[in-house]
Amino acid sequence: MISLFTYTFFNHALLTAILGSISCGLIGSYIVTRRLVFITGGITHASFGGLGIGYFLGISPLVGAAVFGGLSAFGVQYLSSKQKLRVDSAIAMAWSFGMAVGIIFIFLTPGYAPNLMSYLFGSILTVSVSDLIVMLVLAGISTFIFITFKRSIQLISFDEPFARSQGIKVDVFNYILILLIALTAVIYIRVAGIILVLSLLTVPQNLAIMITRNYNKILLFSILFGFVGTIAGLLLSYFLDIPSGAAIIFSLISEYFIGWCIIKLGSLTKVKPS
Amino acid sequence: MMILKLENISYGYKAKTVINSVNLEIHSGDFIAMIGPNGGGKSTIIKLIMGLLKPWSGKLSYGVRENGEAVNIGYLPQYHEFDKRFPISVNDVVLSGLASVKKGRRNYSRLDKSRARELLVRMGISELSHESIGELSGGQMQRAFLGRAMISQPDLLILDEPITYVDNKFEHEMYHLLQEINNNTAILLVSHDIGQISSFVKTIACVNHSLHYHPSNKISKDILESYNCPIELITHGKIPHRVLHNHTAHD
Repeated sequence: MISLFTYTFFNHALLTAILGSISCGLIGSYIVTRRLVFITGGITHASFGGLGIGYFLGISPLVGAAVFGGLSAFGVQYLSSKQKLRVDSAIAMAWSFGMAVGIIFIFLTPGYAPNLMSYLFGSILTVSVSDLIVMLVLAGISTFIFITFKRSIQLISFDEPFARSQGIKVDVFNYILILLIALTAVIYIRVAGIILVLSLLTVPQNLAIMITRNYNKILLFSILFGFVGTIAGLLLSYFLDIPSGAAIIFSLISEYFIGWCIIKLGSLTKVKPS
Repeated sequence: MMILKLENISYGYKAKTVINSVNLEIHSGDFIAMIGPNGGGKSTIIKLIMGLLKPWSGKLSYGVRENGEAVNIGYLPQYHEFDKRFPISVNDVVLSGLASVKKGRRNYSRLDKSRARELLVRMGISELSHESIGELSGGQMQRAFLGRAMISQPDLLILDEPITYVDNKFEHEMYHLLQEINNNTAILLVSHDIGQISSFVKTIACVNHSLHYHPSNKISKDILESYNCPIELITHGKIPHRVLHNHTAHD
């Protein structure tokens, strides 16, 4: 097992797991507590449009996906805040439109799109140094935002009207955080793929919330559980020779289920957990 | 001390004027009930005061304390749905009332925390301080939100329909709490239901698109009619009572 660390790809995967757990753990806690899971799913899938355009133009598909994801995030946020359209309808439109654009442009691109499968299902073992740099920057930004503005973020998520009455710039936070959601989702498409990335942003957080109602601890536990699940999946994928994205999601859900069982057993033996 | 002054404030949504040329002054020690029919503009006035809406015309000015600081306003918003499973403890809910003072950044001081503890005792929910907010009953939750409104030691406490979704027992306790709070803090209490209010408040502002200030807590049918306040009353002796409409599930 030690010999694994002699492989560059494995070290990259390990760093990805660390950085991904931080980014996804933090923004995922916001997504889960503010009930933005469906919006996140919409943005992630909409970014497929940018991916397709990226292929067609011969630029980095992830750059295309980030631009498209960011724009659809702003679009959904704008439409829903101005109440021109019901939020869930706006999400459904962005979701399917992005997928349609992606399919059209990949179809129009001559030849076979070689890495397409890795974007749909993820591949943590092909992460490059430049990917790692982007992930490091994003993890830094997320950490800064959550350390500095944790309390405002918590208050906005809990009670937006009251947060506004306290002079908190709710709209600014809404736009910055939805952009952060879009960027995080798009970058970690690399790890878990468009279809599975939602798990990284929701499963560790829900396990953390099951254990504690303390916001600080939820942030920390989400990072921890995300890391454990990703590493377990990585090893599972290596030893069983199965796709890493699917293995990671499988181990995250298993982790959640094990946690749930432990808590159920614990509450049977204890009178009241504090 | 003058806390708040509204001069000829008008506001509306799209082309529809909701409040027209409203004047109101609030001073230390005041306990004003703002009454009037639904849709008459009560909540709009509150939102203007809290800076959530900008008036179309008129002037809104805030007072200054003796030490030169701006006055501070505590706010208990109208009941609204929130995620009952949101991970926040009662203690943190109360502390979050410091957001406007702290700008959401600095950490809570030891004084803040002891003030929160004190308030939880005063509100009668100190044993619940580490519970999640969603575990509380309607009345307990409203006490927590009252604590949140009070922790910044406001000069003025604004309550928007605080008793709509709570039981009679809590309604009674709430008024006693407010009377005690009124010793140090001016209160503006918004309600569409003037049932019990009159014996606790000092003055009444009737809002029905315009605002009529009545410098007494005695309401009679004549007064309300002359101010165009369509609230039905019958009078038993000196205490006015409202003729209740059909009960809803919450009553």
